[in-house]
This record gives sequence, C-alpha cells and structure tokens, in this order.
Amino acid sequence: MHKVGVIGERDSVLGFKAVGFDVYPVISREEASERLKELAENGYAVIYITEQFAAMIPEDVERFRFSRFPAIIPIPGSQGSLGIGMSSVKKSVEKAVGADILFNE
Amino acid sequence: MARLNVNPTRMVLTNLKRRLRTARRGHKLLKDKRDELMKKFLDIVRENRKEREIVEKLLMDVHSRFILARALMSSEMLEEALMFPKQKVSLKTSTRNIMSVDVPVLEFTTEGSGEEDIFPYGFANTSGELDGAIQALSEALPHMLRLAELEKSAQLLADEIEKTRRRVNALEYVLIPNLEETIKYIVMKLDENERGNLTRLMKVKDMMLEQARQQRLQRDGLLQE
Repeated sequence: MHKVGVIGERDSVLGFKAVGFDVYPVISREEASERLKELAENGYAVIYITEQFAAMIPEDVERFRFSRFPAIIPIPGSQGSLGIGMSSVKKSVEKAVGADILFNE
Repeated sequence: MARLNVNPTRMVLTNLKRRLRTARRGHKLLKDKRDELMKKFLDIVRENRKEREIVEKLLMDVHSRFILARALMSSEMLEEALMFPKQKVSLKTSTRNIMSVDVPVLEFTTEGSGEEDIFPYGFANTSGELDGAIQALSEALPHMLRLAELEKSAQLLADEIEKTRRRVNALEYVLIPNLEETIKYIVMKLDENERGNLTRLMKVKDMMLEQARQQRLQRDGLLQE
C-alpha cells in the first residue's frame, strides 16, 4: 500500500490532513528538498508539493520526472497559482511534439 | 554521407543488403510506434490540462475557505481540530501498458468512518467555514489523484516519444543512407572489376589469336621450303 504526501507551507497544507493525506509542513528550501527526498525513498506514490516550494527546488522535482514513482505534482498554495503546474504540462508537450500545440492561444 | 569502411566483396554486399532490409523494416515499425504514441499522448495531455484546470480551481476554492476559517478560529484551535484525521487515504498502484510504456494507475481507498462523516472534530469549537473547506477538499480528492496519474503518464510518454523519435531519425538520416551509399559503392566496384576482367580476357584472346596466326604462318613457311 502506498501513501500520499503533501509538502508545503503550513497554512496551505494543513487541510489535507483531514482528508487523509500525510502532511509535511516545511518552512525552508533545504527542508523541502530533504523532505522530498525522504518521502520519495519511503514508498510514497504521489507527492503533492505547493508551487511556491516547487519553484524553489526545481532540480529535485525534475529528478523524479522519468521514474514511474513517485509522481510529484505541483499544486497551488494558499497564495495562489504560479502557473508552474501548467508549465510542466506544457513542457511535456514541447518535449514530445517539438512545439507547443496545445497552449498557443 | 559517409561510406562504411568495408571491403567491396560480394559477401559483404549480401550482408549489407540484409542489414538495409532490417533497418528499413525497423524504421517503419518505429515510425508507426511514434505515431501511435503521439496519438495516445495527445489524448492524455489534453485530459491532463483539463484536469489540472479543475484541480487548480477547486484548490483555490478550498484555500479561500480555509482562510475564512482561519480568520474565524484561532490557529491553535484549527490545528487541534485537524490533529487526528478520521480518514486515511491509501493507494493501490498498478501499471498500465501503453505501447510498451508502463504508466501508473492509482486506485485509492479511503479508510475511515464513511463518506458523510469525514470531519475529525466536534462541531462545538469549530466554525462552519472549516466544514465547508474540508468538504470541498474531499470533493477535490479524486480529481487530484486522477491528475497525478495523468501527469505522470504524460511525462513518461513524452520521454518515450522523444527516444523513439531519435531512433527514427537516426535510422532515417544516418544508418539507411550510409548503407545505401555503401551498397552502391560495392556494386560499382564489382561492376568495374567485371568490366576490367572482360577487357583483360578479350585482350588475352587477341594475343592468343595473334600467336596462333604467327605459328601457322611459320608452319606454312616451313612447309613451302
């Protein structure tokens, strides 16, 4: 059985506890990076990370991009969406097709 | 294009022809694979985009509700209310094979006291906004997991498509032209040898005829004497 983890600033992630995710509030860049590594090694299949922190540790997020698990999914934090999640979808499209054919409106 | 470094012999020619046939076949198969992958990928990525929009909207809604709840409750209170969750989410993961790419399939099960009762706190000390936030979040839950599944699939497929495209291009623009050029070179070389051989034989024949004629002349001359 795999678990679902959430990493982010306390205010954004606290609510996820109520629905049954494992919540790990972090406050600094280093802490987020370490926590992410720890969760990835400990059988978490999905790790949600708030965009604010995902923006700080792009190389850690990128590292797991091509392994099957864990899936690291950026979600908007309480300060609003930074568009990082969408841009990662966009990146996949650009990589596969060679040009952005979905978001060019 | 660079010619391969081989001896221009008939055996090498046969081998190269066989390799060219295999390369052409591989090229065709890979191209088909790439096209099919692309089709699957575009389906997934479109859904991925839609799902992400939904999740982002839902979560922003959840956050704004939470902010309201936090404004109405002290943060200690809030934290205390959420300290012991009633519900536990666990995932069953399996993989699905899309064109030999293993993509994850997530099935989640919630262990807890039932659908309607997800609130891990008594209602006495908490505000109604918190209930709304939790409710909204639990509605967003399936979408979030679906998003995780789709996004990972899209990333893995994108990677595979890139690899396949590289292979197709390597075959199309390097290996196959090289083989063709080498085969042409060997055929020309062999033909050239053939022609060389032919002229040599004709020359030898001429020389032999000349010799025979000389001999006959000599013999005739001897007879006349």
